Amino acid sequence: MARGILGWGAYVPYRRLDRTTIAAVAGGGGGKGTRSVASYDEDATTMAVEAARIATRSTPDVQPLSVWFATTSPPYLDKTNATAIHAALRLPRDAAAFDAGGAVRSTIGALRAGMHDHAPALVVASDVRTGLPGSADESAFGDGAAALLVGEGDAVAELIASGTSTEEFVDRWRTPGDIRSKIWEERFGETRYTALGADAWDAALKQAGIAAGDVDRVVVASTHDRAVKAVTKKLGVSPDALDAGELSSTIGNVGAAQPLLVLCSALEAASPGQTIALVVLADGADVVLFRTTAAVGARRSVRSVAEQVSSGGAVSYGKYLAWRGVLPVQPPNRPEPARPSSSAAGRSIDWKYGFVGSEAGDGSVHLPPSPHDDTARPMSEATGTIVTFTIDKLAYSPSPPVVFAVVDFDGGGRLPVELTDVDPDEVAIGARVEMTFRKLFTADGIHNYFWKARLVR
Amino acid sequence: MSSHGIRDRVAIVGMGCTRFAEHFDKSLDDMVIEASGEAFASAGVTKDDVDAYWLGTAQSGMSGITLARPLELEGKPVTRVENYCATGSEALRQAAYAVASGAYDMAMAVGVEKVKDSGYQGLNAFPIPTDGTNRTLTAAAMFSMVAPAYAKKYGVDPAELKRVLARIASKNHHNGARNPRAQFRREMSVDQLCAMPRVAGDLSVFDCAGVADGSAAAIVVRAEDALRYTDRPLYVKALSFVAGNGSGLTDPTYDYTTFPEIVACARDAYAQAGVTDPRSQLAMAEVHDCFTPTELVLMEDLGFCERGTAWKEILAGAFDLDGDLPVNPDGGLKSFGHPVGASGLRMMFEAWLQLRGEAPEDRRISTFGARDLALTHNLGGYPGEMVSFVSILGSSLTD
Repeated sequence: MARGILGWGAYVPYRRLDRTTIAAVAGGGGGKGTRSVASYDEDATTMAVEAARIATRSTPDVQPLSVWFATTSPPYLDKTNATAIHAALRLPRDAAAFDAGGAVRSTIGALRAGMHDHAPALVVASDVRTGLPGSADESAFGDGAAALLVGEGDAVAELIASGTSTEEFVDRWRTPGDIRSKIWEERFGETRYTALGADAWDAALKQAGIAAGDVDRVVVASTHDRAVKAVTKKLGVSPDALDAGELSSTIGNVGAAQPLLVLCSALEAASPGQTIALVVLADGADVVLFRTTAAVGARRSVRSVAEQVSSGGAVSYGKYLAWRGVLPVQPPNRPEPARPSSSAAGRSIDWKYGFVGSEAGDGSVHLPPSPHDDTARPMSEATGTIVTFTIDKLAYSPSPPVVFAVVDFDGGGRLPVELTDVDPDEVAIGARVEMTFRKLFTADGIHNYFWKARLVR
Repeated sequence: MSSHGIRDRVAIVGMGCTRFAEHFDKSLDDMVIEASGEAFASAGVTKDDVDAYWLGTAQSGMSGITLARPLELEGKPVTRVENYCATGSEALRQAAYAVASGAYDMAMAVGVEKVKDSGYQGLNAFPIPTDGTNRTLTAAAMFSMVAPAYAKKYGVDPAELKRVLARIASKNHHNGARNPRAQFRREMSVDQLCAMPRVAGDLSVFDCAGVADGSAAAIVVRAEDALRYTDRPLYVKALSFVAGNGSGLTDPTYDYTTFPEIVACARDAYAQAGVTDPRSQLAMAEVHDCFTPTELVLMEDLGFCERGTAWKEILAGAFDLDGDLPVNPDGGLKSFGHPVGASGLRMMFEAWLQLRGEAPEDRRISTFGARDLALTHNLGGYPGEMVSFVSILGSSLTD
């Protein structure tokens, strides 16, 4: 069987920052369009979980036996972040989970590793992209995640060839802990990438035994805009094969997640028998060539990129700055929560990370699970209805007020639970909700991951 | 199995209660010494006459030593108890049962809470290590969900219900204004209360109990010994307690318009006391008005009126000082604040004053002289997950 992409899923967070609102506060910067913004309760891990959930729900027959997680904004260092994704997806114990951290280029490395694993792999990349107020990075980037299920099997796109080139040069860099990346004078990077891109491109075409004109679609991912333009110009493909770049005006460049996000987007628009080239320019160049199969039109993502791009809700620039910690705002005068207990969390992994309740003999559902029930009842994909709700302006929250509802799930089970991605005036009794994996708070450096409800939009 | 109660076997013969306030200048030790001292004096006994002590404090201290040290007790059994916001009532319950069992001749319950040393607004529970998935909502927000549910179920216009809730607060402020031990002593009109900004659901800060430090104490003996200490003892008619199992939070049939733990607890208390019609038999009730919607629902859960009618009865003044059944004549949690370990005993202190005719003229219940039973009700937790305590005290022995 051929190797390739078995399924995909992308996650674009709900909030959008209008770039035209930046300059009034920051004194400059901004621009046209919007960028996507991870909510205060999201990080690279939670967004990766959301992307992976979409990928696995879209491809239920594929059971990944490894997770390769790439991000430049890891919630933890020293500790693996991919294990939380593993837990949220309830992958078996003998499935491995690895981080590929630090650099934008890690994503293509994770893809290579996953693609050549002995069993289906989940390759997921996610980034929260920051920059100083008024910077080009702040407005050009966005937050998001994308996941691919890869390996041998019934692929939607088969891997046909790849090319790579590497060179050490300092073009874009960041000191760990900083929100700001620094960049060298752009022309220098442009010259490096032009040469590196041509080498990788030629190598890939040669390995595939095709000409540039045979490529139906090219998607290029890089944090270096000038290099993208320069390299693209020299590829020798038809202008129709190139990306119109509309994601950059709606959600922005999602950094480490960008290669997989643009690939997901291309797969959603692809028809069978097309050759798709992914070009990544990051401290070198990587080119991966895929050929779509007959399955590509039939297999859809349960939530497409286009669908998510068009369904965002606004966040003010002030709130955006507060969420990223750039503008600390006064919290309610309540004690901050204590760190969750690692051992207590360890005893409830399926509940805390997987949102698995229990089912009694009479079919009633218990959330959290009851120690008297023998049957596990996975609830992460269940939808429900708001029975009653309240807005709490007094409770501690990283972003008050807390919007809280009592939710009755379809098919049984009730949970009083916090809502997210919601404005207080949107909540109503009877509204429909679904579950989303979030970070409730961080205490003593421990990220307290659990589930919240969000409106079905 | 049955709940038999200890009707008329134990009597309260002495009580004390500090002013409830932001006692930034008083320690826990100062407050328990003051409340205990007042109770000793009122019973005409000394600390050495008391055979056993129960200290109710939710989180201001641990172990009986928290009381033994300030009172300088020598060789006495002292037990610290905690049962959420019903902690003070639980201390009295344990002391009364200890005397009823015959183990001791005289026992004392002391309740205290030093809330205002935390540096934060409101009450804040001591964090117990968990997996981090528990709710972090405030009690105000949890109870705020009662109001819209009640309005919907009984077809009450939300604006009208807002005025009902304000009417509850206004009544309690009216009573508290006449009580020198209360934290807040200012009357508030319904219009003033309705104009306050919302902080949790439709509730304003004035729909919430205040936050105060305080202490209260009671001395109990066998009923047959009571007249040795006072000519007007309060006999314990019923002590009832129910700890919910939290199922209301996850039970899809729970509708937030009633507190089942309290219904069960009241039923048990009335059975123990032989009360069949609380509305006409009780002279007064002190209830746990932690939030105004709580008092609304309590009027129905405690059987003071029919389901769906409390809002009308409240507007008609049935539970005012001069109403049919005065509720919270001392001003309630609304005026007193809620030093958790002390509140249950503070409620009994008001029954002590009222049934003995010691409440001042301007705060005297309309039923004084005509009825001689008082109910105190204390709860802890939230809608769906609650503990409930009900006592019935009377100034005369049942024939």
